[in-house]
Amino acid sequence: MKTKKDISESIRKVDSEEKISGRAPYTSDISIDGMLYAKTVRSPIARGTIKNIKLPKMPEGYHTVDASDIPKRNVVKMIYEDWPVFAEKDVNFIGEPIMLVVGPDKETVMNLADAVEIDFEEKDPVFDFKNSGVQLHFDKGDVDAAFERAAKTVEYEYETGYQEQAYIEPQGFVGYPEDGGYTLVGSIQCPYYVKNAVLDTMGEEEDKVRVIQAPVGGAFGGKEEFPSVTACQLAVALKKIQKPIKFIYEREEDMETTTKRHPSKTKMEAALDVDNNIIGIRSNLALDGGAYIGLSGVVLSRGMLAVTNAYTVDNLDVSGDVYITNTVPNGAFRGFGAPQMIFAIEMFIHHIAKDVGEDPFAFRKRHMVKQGDKTSTSGTFRDPIILSDMVDKAVEISDYHNKAKAYEDKDTFKGIGMSWFLHGCGFTGSGESDIIKAQVKLKKDDKDNVHILVAAVDMGQGPKTTFRKLVADLLDVPIEQVTFNYPDTRYVPDSGPTVASRTMMVVGGLLARAAKSLKEEWIAGEEQTITKQYKQPEYIEWDQDTMRGDAYPAYSWGVNVVEVEVSKVTYEVTVKNAWNIYDLGKAIDERIVLGQADGGQAQGIAYGYLEVMNHEQGKLKQKNMTDYIIPTSVDVPKMENHIMDNPYPLGPYGAKGVGELTLVGGAPAVALAIEQAIGRKVKKIPATPESIMELIDNG
Amino acid sequence: MAKVTFTLNDETVTVDEPLNMRFLDILRKELGLTGSKEGCGEGECGACSVFMDGWLVNSCLLPLASVEGRDIMTIEGYRETKRYKVLENAFVEEGAVQCGICTPGMVMAAENLLNRNPSPSEEEIRIALAGNLCRCTGYEMIFKAVKRASKEGEGLW
Repeated sequence: MKTKKDISESIRKVDSEEKISGRAPYTSDISIDGMLYAKTVRSPIARGTIKNIKLPKMPEGYHTVDASDIPKRNVVKMIYEDWPVFAEKDVNFIGEPIMLVVGPDKETVMNLADAVEIDFEEKDPVFDFKNSGVQLHFDKGDVDAAFERAAKTVEYEYETGYQEQAYIEPQGFVGYPEDGGYTLVGSIQCPYYVKNAVLDTMGEEEDKVRVIQAPVGGAFGGKEEFPSVTACQLAVALKKIQKPIKFIYEREEDMETTTKRHPSKTKMEAALDVDNNIIGIRSNLALDGGAYIGLSGVVLSRGMLAVTNAYTVDNLDVSGDVYITNTVPNGAFRGFGAPQMIFAIEMFIHHIAKDVGEDPFAFRKRHMVKQGDKTSTSGTFRDPIILSDMVDKAVEISDYHNKAKAYEDKDTFKGIGMSWFLHGCGFTGSGESDIIKAQVKLKKDDKDNVHILVAAVDMGQGPKTTFRKLVADLLDVPIEQVTFNYPDTRYVPDSGPTVASRTMMVVGGLLARAAKSLKEEWIAGEEQTITKQYKQPEYIEWDQDTMRGDAYPAYSWGVNVVEVEVSKVTYEVTVKNAWNIYDLGKAIDERIVLGQADGGQAQGIAYGYLEVMNHEQGKLKQKNMTDYIIPTSVDVPKMENHIMDNPYPLGPYGAKGVGELTLVGGAPAVALAIEQAIGRKVKKIPATPESIMELIDNG
Repeated sequence: MAKVTFTLNDETVTVDEPLNMRFLDILRKELGLTGSKEGCGEGECGACSVFMDGWLVNSCLLPLASVEGRDIMTIEGYRETKRYKVLENAFVEEGAVQCGICTPGMVMAAENLLNRNPSPSEEEIRIALAGNLCRCTGYEMIFKAVKRASKEGEGLW
């Protein structure tokens, strides 16, 4: 009898050859006869009112497209609708789109765009955190009583900077008129976000807009909501001009004008009893939303929910604000608010321990969450938690305790830091059941080939391989008998956006259910279609108004250990080693998961010490790969990753979320290592040589 | 305007375009060879790497005039070689490809290394790939792929 292989056993990714050989058709590789080029004309000022626009003489065949061409609504449909397709009267950030110039010769288009003259009445821009556009709040227990009976209190404030997704392929679409409507092919994470936004702006019938995903050259959240903006602009241009248009950002334009990770400030105050147990925490998370709110409120919510991370604290008062400033709007980035808060709480718990004279490791372990404990929002951690075993393993493979002791000698300028953390899998709260309502289809043709019809996007993280593997395994057919093409909204149902570490757990979970049904109903040689719709597990209860209940159906867990050496002369940080342990339920393909672990860790660590972005009067100071530094092959540490098996009953084969988990713990781990190496408390990231020098000089 | 003649993937090519045009645009737009990618347009990311007379160069920094009389090999030419097959297999086996936009350039950089140093150490691999940015993989599996290719391609380099 043939023994079935474990699903985690790695296979060759199905789309690697076409990518390695350069054959995969990324958006900018697409060329259509008679195609025009589009370039955006932007606001050079941070805040003001458009007084007058003077266009250059437009040669024949060249067009401008602006707010006056929008058929229905000048707003990009997102979670919060305040982001205009084109600025009409007011401009609110440097780089805000005002119009497109479109025409056949790219260089001429560029020159015409440069020659547009716009007069503004300038207004005083706002950059400080004073205009809150979103306020959220939740509590747990009785925090006032906890602070009243506290033996002592400890208070700190933490700060994080921008992080740029820095996908190697910039944003882009190619669009063309088709059947009286518009087809958009692009580098996107969420085909239906794009489609629904375009329908809303254009006021078109449902079947007039078709969105197709091209191979995506990296996204990391940067192609979650932002492409809806450019898609709406392009659709307006297509309606006006009725010719194919290529609309690709260049690197500087991309970096200067697209969404980034929100800079943040987090206030933390803890109440401790006489035995130094944390009995209450008050916290406020402040995010810089930029000029428009977009989905910042949801980012804020995920950040706030992570307030106690993988610790249990009985009494909480947690508030958060998204501040509107005259800067580029911030948005989705792998981790989605959690990296900011997990940095804050991981540093805070160490700082409390140090201030009360306890060993931080023992202090943290004492507060570690256990199965059955209440979550920050008074939900329940229902599933087995193996974090303690994971920490033991991380300690062992990194030789943590011996190194931590040796590096207490300040002359070494070496440090080792350990973070542990959770990440809620899928949409926050009732998002999956109330907003997304994911649907998937499996279609079997009369040759018994099975076609996966979902809107989930492979942007490198592997669903083109893992979905086929999963379905083939459940149907007990060879993987070649299962297809999964790049999603095209003409054919695939809305299985939701490719975000929130939900792809395998939620969409894969639905596909697993569909595959089981298909197997039961299988009739050889006949066409069959199976549809499955998301259903929230009945025990999950969530109240959006009070933010109380089970914020997520499941949690993935991780431990990161990072070892650094700091130069005594330049204060440059060298990250020597990283050891990581993850519980993501069950890996559908071990190597693909390890690839996520490597890449997420590289981004997470770099967020903590390397990647610097800031603005001066609303103008970003870093706008290309030369001055925004991401890790190169010589910067990444030697990494060792381990995956634990802890299957989640409702995930396919037990799988939970992966993608974001691997990023969220990197920054605190490296910051804690730096803190040990320099013997100063790190409260702000990135911990650059300049900030390390300030800490050392000022104590 | 002078025409520019060069060898491209073993064939003689003549183009009649502005001499200061970026060679990357010549390849992608005029000749339809889209295997070389544009990530940054300023020589920082390496996604547009090609060989010129055997040297690895960023084609986004190369004006058309400088390729006159030169021997150019792009990924479209390199993918027809035995060495490429070894690297391709190693990249797939080690999971070195995620989004893939940097990969053709990364493979060209790996060829450049192995051609000069058939058995590189990890440190040498890291240094050789430092001109090619990857945002997905954290590079670890790419290092493994180059090591595997070095081993499996014995005698080819």
